Amino acid sequence: MDVKRIREDFPILKREIKGNKLVYLDNAATTQKPSQVINAIKDYYENYNSNIHRGIHKMSEEATIAYEEAHKKVSKFIGSKFEETIFTKGTTESLNLLASILKNKIKRGDEIVLTQMEHHSNIVPWQQLAKEKGAKIKYIEVNSDGTLKTEQFSQIITSKTKIVSAVHMSNVLGTINQIKELGKIAHENKSLFIIDAAQSIPHMTVDVKKINCDFLAFSAHKMLGPTGIGGLYGKKELLEELPPFQTGGDMIRQVTFKEAVWNDLPWKYEAGTPNIAGGIGFGAAIDYLKKIGLENIQEHEEKLIRKTFKTLERINGVEIYGPRINRGAVFSFNIKGIHSHDLASLLDDYGIAVRAGHHCAMPLMQTMNIHSSVRASFYLYNTEEEVEKLAEGLKKASKIFA
Amino acid sequence: MIIDDDLNKAEDMYKENILDHYKNPRNYGDMKTADVEHTEFNALCGDKIRLMLKIEKEVIKDIKFTSQGCAISKSSMSMLSEEIKGKTLLQAKKIVKQDVFKMLNIPISAVRTKCALLPLDLLKNTIKIYENYKEKKQ
Repeated sequence: MDVKRIREDFPILKREIKGNKLVYLDNAATTQKPSQVINAIKDYYENYNSNIHRGIHKMSEEATIAYEEAHKKVSKFIGSKFEETIFTKGTTESLNLLASILKNKIKRGDEIVLTQMEHHSNIVPWQQLAKEKGAKIKYIEVNSDGTLKTEQFSQIITSKTKIVSAVHMSNVLGTINQIKELGKIAHENKSLFIIDAAQSIPHMTVDVKKINCDFLAFSAHKMLGPTGIGGLYGKKELLEELPPFQTGGDMIRQVTFKEAVWNDLPWKYEAGTPNIAGGIGFGAAIDYLKKIGLENIQEHEEKLIRKTFKTLERINGVEIYGPRINRGAVFSFNIKGIHSHDLASLLDDYGIAVRAGHHCAMPLMQTMNIHSSVRASFYLYNTEEEVEKLAEGLKKASKIFA
Repeated sequence: MIIDDDLNKAEDMYKENILDHYKNPRNYGDMKTADVEHTEFNALCGDKIRLMLKIEKEVIKDIKFTSQGCAISKSSMSMLSEEIKGKTLLQAKKIVKQDVFKMLNIPISAVRTKCALLPLDLLKNTIKIYENYKEKKQ
């Protein structure tokens, strides 16, 4: 994998921040976009911008084909059938959609099982549902090394459990969870099994049939695609049986003054004019990732993981959270005596973009007994040299506080 | 929109004075005999400050705080605590944002404004809680 050549595909990486070359290490928040994605969106708006699924005219046909092609690319990318992948606004909407359509499956006294390392988007929708239905939420705990207490899987998941929803890869700790095990126990207890794959899909092969999940949520913008578009996989028989999420245009087959007949999957879950440009951009991002190859990206990131541990651990007072193995290239850390915000502000002086704070995972931070952390997250265009720049920046910042 | 402020360096925020208040915050610690106690969070980053006031005849006789925050929020709280100790509630209520910026005397970037102003919000809300409580009692 030629990182130098890959970097040339990303116009933004030429940008300078305060006189320094940009070092973009906030990929867990959102990734940068290659020209291929930007151009696909531009091409749609400049050459065949039209609504889909209705116009008879040429451009509408072109837009419809492009949007449906994007659906095919995304569904194939995760190993699903075409009907099983819905486009949404992103992971958050996908999870809210699920909490909405699964509402009638939950009764008073039922249990929903989550883990302590969930993003707020995989906690709050379930809390709302539980409150409304009088259900109970239970959490699988996290070990001090940032892995899940796998021995709790079979203790916490019981016949009362109706939904198990868990993150594949932690956006804070980088932990890659043993979701196959979790899913097996969920299904043995006749529970639905949902995966938040927002952080994993961009970096590793995710096959919904191999994982055997019932639903899986993800976002395009964390995998080189545009914002405002993402996906939800659902098993066909479930999506067919469950009620629609939003209703209106494009999701119906027939409407009379009395009632409506829902459209075929996946369109049943895409009411109204969708984010056509976003969908087309998402398709282009998938093409790009496939061209580079997820195995190559993973191998490159493994190198960056080793380099980051080696380099950061040499700095005085650095504490890195999360496991050393079975992890992605997301690093949360602190330097003793310096608040994460101050570190992030100073790193910005050197053109280094990181995140600071609680990373939308306040319950996890509480469990880990930290108030906030700096997070550096890597992707295919990051280099070992950039890891060194991060370390240099941290050393300079430490000096100011010494 | 690209913001052209390349000359604004975060380094300029961390003046000796700020770092001194961060490392040795004034009026830091617990107060067992406080008349009012209140905690505010910065929802964005999880920063947290707890403020305790001892009030006698409308005068802030003593002030203590504890916090988990960055250098900007902690030094802002430390300086503000020095400023209001011995002042009347009315005087404390008259303090505005600009006074805090003047006190800190450093360039505060837009993203860090919340950190700088959390202590002032906290002070105002703490006084409000105290006054509401007194009103109810009367």
